Amino acid sequence: MTRRNGVALIAVCAGTLFVAACGGGSSSHQNTIATSAPNVQALSVNPGPAGDYANGVFTSVTVCAPGTSTCQTIGGILVDTGSSGLRILSSALTVSLPQQNAGDGNPVAECLPFVSGYAWGPVQSADIQISGEKGSSVPVQVISNSTFAVPSACSSRGTPLETLSALGANGLLGVGTFAQDCGDACVSTGPGNPELYYECPASGCVLTGEPLSQQVPNPVTFFATDNNGVIIELPGVTTPQPSLSGSLVFGIGTQSNNGLDGATIYEVDADGNFITSYNNQSYNESFLDSGSNGIYFLTSGATGIPVCPDANFFYCPSSPQNLSATTEGANGTGSSMINFSVGNADNLFNDNPTAFVFGDLAGPNSLNGFDWGLPFFFGRNVFTAIDGASTPSGTGPYWAY
Amino acid sequence: MSPRRPLCGHLGRLKPALWISILSAIALFPAPPAFAALGQSVSSVQADQLHMHATLRTTKAEAYEVQEIDAPTGTIVREYVSSGKVFAIAWHGPWPPDMRQILGSYFDAYVTATQAQASSHAGRKPLRIEQPGLVVEAGGHMRWFVGKAYIPDMLPQGVSAEEIR
Repeated sequence: MTRRNGVALIAVCAGTLFVAACGGGSSSHQNTIATSAPNVQALSVNPGPAGDYANGVFTSVTVCAPGTSTCQTIGGILVDTGSSGLRILSSALTVSLPQQNAGDGNPVAECLPFVSGYAWGPVQSADIQISGEKGSSVPVQVISNSTFAVPSACSSRGTPLETLSALGANGLLGVGTFAQDCGDACVSTGPGNPELYYECPASGCVLTGEPLSQQVPNPVTFFATDNNGVIIELPGVTTPQPSLSGSLVFGIGTQSNNGLDGATIYEVDADGNFITSYNNQSYNESFLDSGSNGIYFLTSGATGIPVCPDANFFYCPSSPQNLSATTEGANGTGSSMINFSVGNADNLFNDNPTAFVFGDLAGPNSLNGFDWGLPFFFGRNVFTAIDGASTPSGTGPYWAY
Repeated sequence: MSPRRPLCGHLGRLKPALWISILSAIALFPAPPAFAALGQSVSSVQADQLHMHATLRTTKAEAYEVQEIDAPTGTIVREYVSSGKVFAIAWHGPWPPDMRQILGSYFDAYVTATQAQASSHAGRKPLRIEQPGLVVEAGGHMRWFVGKAYIPDMLPQGVSAEEIR
């Protein structure tokens, strides 16, 4: 697999061009992309700040020291419906933010596990602005190994995701279904605590209980309005292309531009999953995740599609495969057939050296189900309603499209 | 090996001497010692269970035995044992297990391989490490982590990696 270098060759247009989906694509219908409004933030699928990200959807976020006009706008932030919370690499952060302290005065830091490792660093407080939406004194994680030494229980999680090269982004904007990253499990210490939050006296960081109100939240929950969820709106993709523009819309049914308009609602279970049926088998460990860069499903043995000889995390069929699956709510209500394509990843990358947007990038998964990554979002407006938030069509969590 | 009943608690069968040694180990160390599991002898399963403050149950298949550790975090770790050795581990639940503990001597190789995959990132995706001596696959999202690790050469004859989950 060649690396996705050559950012200098790419003319990336991350501006204000909003276009409706071209015909075709992986979706059966054309979607309308919201244009400029106070609750609409521009999205761009492009190589990102590391210059080599395939199918990464990025935006910018303005962070300010709380109550001041000392602010910084940070681009290259990956928009991730598979997590909750704003996390910024310390290397990308120039504004100084106040440290969150525990009740005893000790500073608080977080070890957030990811599938391939962990992010470690202090919890700080920021006023944040995205489009016209503002949140005050939002707990955010600053990813840094130099503020506090990484405790061994954290480094035991595997690989640190603490550099631009490891993350491929300047930070993550987690706008998933969870209101906080951890939730009730982290409030008190004890055997059930999954060991995310630490307090860090001079003697070293030790596990601590973190009240819900202090945990790193889905930042949308801190907005004064339009705070019940988001819509990701991206045009359809028929052929590999250098970049793609779209919109991140805040709120569900709160403005004239964010109504469900007949979208089907799919319940999400307590684990953040729903059901996908494929080849007459039902898989209830399936989920949507804009932060996954392909459609990752089942195994080569189950699909009959070979993996790439030099990159076993992608599928490499001899010719593109047009497949379909049915997504269903976790409670069994809602159902729609999803047509999707599996391309040969080697050919996609080698034949399109200046492309970073691929509608048919896919690979295997050890999950017993489907990880519907960014290609699912192309040509389809996807609503994510936050756990416990009320919307005109019921209380979250749910997805709708 | 005598037949084992499904769902039979493993610790209940420990000899008093072993109990004493485990309890002494706890007394000697503030935290239970983190013995490796993958590739190690079956006794390491008990170390994992103690480390996770978990309950343990055992089931037996044709070619192997599964020791299931249910941690109070909601995460379930299954350790696959054949000929007294742990040849595979699978997990699922809201948070991943302590990878250093369950991978033991394979942890460093795991980190090196993960870093190599991350630095050649064509983007965030499930993890898939396939080396002659170690396979690790992991996927999921915040509050839902699924994965498995196994040593290909130690898979009992006739056992497919797809059975490990």
